Amino acid sequence: MANEMKRGFGWLAMLTLLTAVATVGLVALLVNIFERKQEARAPFTKVVEVTEVSSDPKPWGLNFPQQYEDYLKTVNDPYTDFGGNHALPPSKLKEHPWLKRLFAGYAFSIDYREARGHAHMLSDQEVTKRVTDVQQAGACLHCHASIIPTYRRIGLEEMGEDATPAVLAEDFNIEAVMAGFKAVSQKTYEEVHAEVEKTADGFDVASGDPHMGGAHPVSCVDCHDPDTMEIRVTRPGFILGIDKLAKSDDPVPHLPSIGEWRAAGSKGDYDPNTMATRQEMRSFVCGQCHVEYYCANKMTLTFPWSNGLKMEELEAEWDATVFPDGEDGSEGGEFYDYVHKETGTKVYKAQHPEFELWSQGIHARSGVSCSDCHMPYEKKGATKVSSHWVRSPMMNINKACQTCHNIPEQEIKDRVDLIQDRTRALIDRAAAANVDMFDAIIEVQKAGATEEQLAPIRKLQRKAMWRLDYIASENSKGFHARQEAARILGESADYARQAIAVCYKLDLDAKPEDETVAAAE
Amino acid sequence: MTKDTSHTNRPEPDEGSGPATSDPASPQAKPRFGKGAIVFAMTLGVLAGVGMFTFGYGKGASYLSNNPQTCVNCHVMQDHMDSWQQSSHHHVAVCNDCHLPHDPIGKWVTKADNGFFHSLAFTLGGYDDPIQIKPRNRRVTQSTCVDCHKNFVHNLLPANTGSDMTNCVHCHGDVGHAGR
Repeated sequence: MANEMKRGFGWLAMLTLLTAVATVGLVALLVNIFERKQEARAPFTKVVEVTEVSSDPKPWGLNFPQQYEDYLKTVNDPYTDFGGNHALPPSKLKEHPWLKRLFAGYAFSIDYREARGHAHMLSDQEVTKRVTDVQQAGACLHCHASIIPTYRRIGLEEMGEDATPAVLAEDFNIEAVMAGFKAVSQKTYEEVHAEVEKTADGFDVASGDPHMGGAHPVSCVDCHDPDTMEIRVTRPGFILGIDKLAKSDDPVPHLPSIGEWRAAGSKGDYDPNTMATRQEMRSFVCGQCHVEYYCANKMTLTFPWSNGLKMEELEAEWDATVFPDGEDGSEGGEFYDYVHKETGTKVYKAQHPEFELWSQGIHARSGVSCSDCHMPYEKKGATKVSSHWVRSPMMNINKACQTCHNIPEQEIKDRVDLIQDRTRALIDRAAAANVDMFDAIIEVQKAGATEEQLAPIRKLQRKAMWRLDYIASENSKGFHARQEAARILGESADYARQAIAVCYKLDLDAKPEDETVAAAE
Repeated sequence: MTKDTSHTNRPEPDEGSGPATSDPASPQAKPRFGKGAIVFAMTLGVLAGVGMFTFGYGKGASYLSNNPQTCVNCHVMQDHMDSWQQSSHHHVAVCNDCHLPHDPIGKWVTKADNGFFHSLAFTLGGYDDPIQIKPRNRRVTQSTCVDCHKNFVHNLLPANTGSDMTNCVHCHGDVGHAGR
């Protein structure tokens, strides 16, 4: 009897325990359902006032914690095959020795490393030997710093107007920004950097207290209107460049608002902030900097888009450009970026033309913007936000690609690898052709070729180098427009070989080999 | 059983109720259930109550229906719902018409299978977003396309049932919903 009682109690205790466990599980489920239902409500609380002078992203982060948290993650972008974060990124010059010869006589031959995330853009620029060992122009800060409030301040000062932080915080004032942009275009890097440090990076509307926190890399105010949070473009270089493009006759089917503006009679200037579609703006904000430009001190920062966005259209603009005459009355002369040290030829430097190459690709033509892949939408709870962790889509294939591409992640990665490996191989082939060309030109110069004889060779050399650099410096290894990339590299190799052929055909005086042969006889 | 629990396990009627045989009318005056059983019954009741509440709060009954609104109980499906409402199929097919087989057994097995795994994914998080369809569910949608459209596509069908054929949604990817 007692035994039975004991057993009965044991069972009861065990059942009670099981029931308790089941209850815990059930309540956990209940609370989880409750939480998921709460997620579907998205409260937004504005806790601080941000203004046109708030280049410090911190206060914005109080209003938009999710976006700010993502933005901070660009500190540690993971390493992909072509870029990512290291304490000291590997030198491209060591990896690809031909780059040293391509950039001979130009700062890029001193220090040229793999790219890192947005968060590093200003500090990396401050320490690269290209800036520390060579005098650079302040125009570089157009893209590497949150510089618009500084342009506005200097512009207002130029116009003789009041430029207190309160005034700077009030509105965008495009006239002042443009005036400031032009005023600093001839100044040195150090001068402009000091000016950025002197501008308030925030302004407390209530107390009238300006905040002085130094210079910041590109931040919220560069792409967002502080009152409405609408995306917008702020960079004078882009605003002038896209207007030039709109006024050209380049058919830009991937930018429908430009087509509409032309159809409506091309009245006045094309203003992306009021005319572009939201989807176009999602690419324009990136096109403010990820482009080919002239950025030194002989003229104002220029985007070469007056003929269109294709590689040869950019080249044609540089061909037609003449530097403005110096203040001392010296003649500006024909446009060039640097004199190639090995051969003495004046050549062009291509700077990461991502916006231009993307424009030639199938994604642009299909209405896919930069942000769709590099800042894909993600759900936080039930709220849809653009990921502000700007990074390679290859780090985020599910969100970046599978919204449209209904195929397995691995297959997508394999396709991208295939494109990039083919491009890489073509770059190497074009690079070999270019290096051979340098050798041939050095050889004929030794043998006494005249400037007149060299003129056509120099032309071919400039074309070959520009094309190779155009794709080598572009950051997608051909992915943004794979056929266009292959075409351009093919042309580069061809022009280099043409230059070599012309070298062979030169009718030069007796070659050293002939003399030795004659002596031997 | 340990010693100190055994002494709590005394026979019921021994606390001041006199000898057990004092009541001739009931030779077994022991109550039907011990205290433990009553406590257990109460815990069971609490469990059942919380369970019923959770079932109601989580709209459990709606999952037995055919109503598309059920699928947006979870916000993860909101985009699918929104784009279905603008799709070419929205007035001829609801979610279940394409995502459950057209035979009763297959229908309920699939409902149970997806019900369980969807709940698991949504509860624990960490699922793909945009969500990716599983091969089994891909076969289901294929069978339902064919079931409704077979009169138009019979000459595309394979000679032997079940052998290889092109997936309808490979080309007609957004007839049901473009949102993912």
